[in-house]
Amino acid sequence: MNIFDIIGPVMVGPSSSHTAGAAKIGYVAGKLMAQPVIKAEILLHGSFLATGKGHGTNLALVAGLLGMKPDDKRIPHSFEIAKEAHMEFSFGETDLKDVHPNSVLLKLTGEDGRYMEIVGESLGGSVINIASIDGHAANFSGDYPTLIIQNEDLPGRVAEVTSELAKRKINIATMKLSRSVRGEDAVMIIECDHEVWEEAIGWLKQMEGVKRVTYYSQGE
Amino acid sequence: MSFRTLKDILAAVQIRQVPFWEAVLLDDVKERGIAREQSFETMRGMYQAMRMADADYDAELRSASGMAGGEGAKLEKFRRGENRLVGDYLSSVMEKAVKMGESNACMKRIVAAPTAGSCGVIPAVLLSYEEHRDVEEDRMVEALFVAAGIGEVIAASASISGAEGGCQAEIGSASAMAAGAVTYLEGGDQEAIVHAAALALKNMLGLTCDPVGGLVEVPCIKRNVSGAVNAVIASQMVMAGLRSAIAPDEVIDSMRRIGKLLPGCLKETSQEGLAITPSAQKITQKLTE
Repeated sequence: MNIFDIIGPVMVGPSSSHTAGAAKIGYVAGKLMAQPVIKAEILLHGSFLATGKGHGTNLALVAGLLGMKPDDKRIPHSFEIAKEAHMEFSFGETDLKDVHPNSVLLKLTGEDGRYMEIVGESLGGSVINIASIDGHAANFSGDYPTLIIQNEDLPGRVAEVTSELAKRKINIATMKLSRSVRGEDAVMIIECDHEVWEEAIGWLKQMEGVKRVTYYSQGE
Repeated sequence: MSFRTLKDILAAVQIRQVPFWEAVLLDDVKERGIAREQSFETMRGMYQAMRMADADYDAELRSASGMAGGEGAKLEKFRRGENRLVGDYLSSVMEKAVKMGESNACMKRIVAAPTAGSCGVIPAVLLSYEEHRDVEEDRMVEALFVAAGIGEVIAASASISGAEGGCQAEIGSASAMAAGAVTYLEGGDQEAIVHAAALALKNMLGLTCDPVGGLVEVPCIKRNVSGAVNAVIASQMVMAGLRSAIAPDEVIDSMRRIGKLLPGCLKETSQEGLAITPSAQKITQKLTE
């Protein structure tokens, strides 16, 4: 937290958790897709479902998926803008396990056919957490450039990835490791202090044992 | 943010021999490793965003629930008329507080200060002051640093979230921040600033968060008016030489303890208080139809 979390942020109302947080979840999810979203199935959970409508949560989520940030004045008009952009969207209900009351499951299809399932939680004061991606625990805030690396659970993978980042003078802010079953799929979530250049991402992608690299860039 | 008490800020003021606002700025500069100008200009951006949000008020808009909108314009008309009871400055404070609260409910762009629900308090007090007293913008930005310092301490040692501490933590905090800021503008020293914040917060202790339908509308919008006017009276009391009998940091700590003791049904869950009255039920019924 800094003083501009006290005086600020500049945001479209009415609620930092239900509007600004929702827009941010949509925004980060859209960035993770790295291609225009053409179809979004938006499943609301808990308080997002109960009081979302009066808070413009639906409008904010769609706005975020279209690349609008929480202070974008076009948020109230996001449904029309989505139509113009040929983005199909629908809303439904869901009951997610072990998540914050303000949560959403996004099922997204991109222009080039990429499909992702992202669970986002709005923790209050427009702070968010991307809880999972495609069923794997993720847990990052969207406040840093973030690498999500799915790899085979083998010794040395973490060392290789981090030394590659070190070589490129990219400082790691936080790092989390998880896996579903020993020896199978593992996930590294790396929040960085600097943007990771495309070339480094390309290198990570062709590394032995790496199955998928997803990158959340803070750049425009 | 390294300040956890108002005493911490006063100590920094002493050691560095700088005004209250500058102690807050220097702390931000140190914390985030940025240039002084960057911190000041970011804060200027916040002030200008408040001014734009005020100018952008649209009396025709209604919130999705239909409960909020158009009342700021009524206050404006009344302010310009002959029948008003209070003077120009307070009339303007009241009007701007409602306008900002309504803009927020109608999905316009606002500055959370410290929250979206309490976004009307600080701009109402400061923008009206700027118009009324014709001060330079730099000084208004400095006043925002004063507000930020007070808010930072409340956030660190109590809470600025209605779900955690009730409305006292939102409108109460905003009121304390605005009181300190306007006291600075009126020429109060650091001791006057913290006492104005204390007096304002004391008047807001125990305030519950029981919004109708869970929306940031009723009673939130009009409560921005009470928070804003309360800031002004706290400041005037201090400028007249009155002081808080309870030490300012102890008032903040009382707010924290009271917030913990408030039952969950009165902390942004809409399970008690105004939220379950027959009037509220009528409104929420309409919302679900």
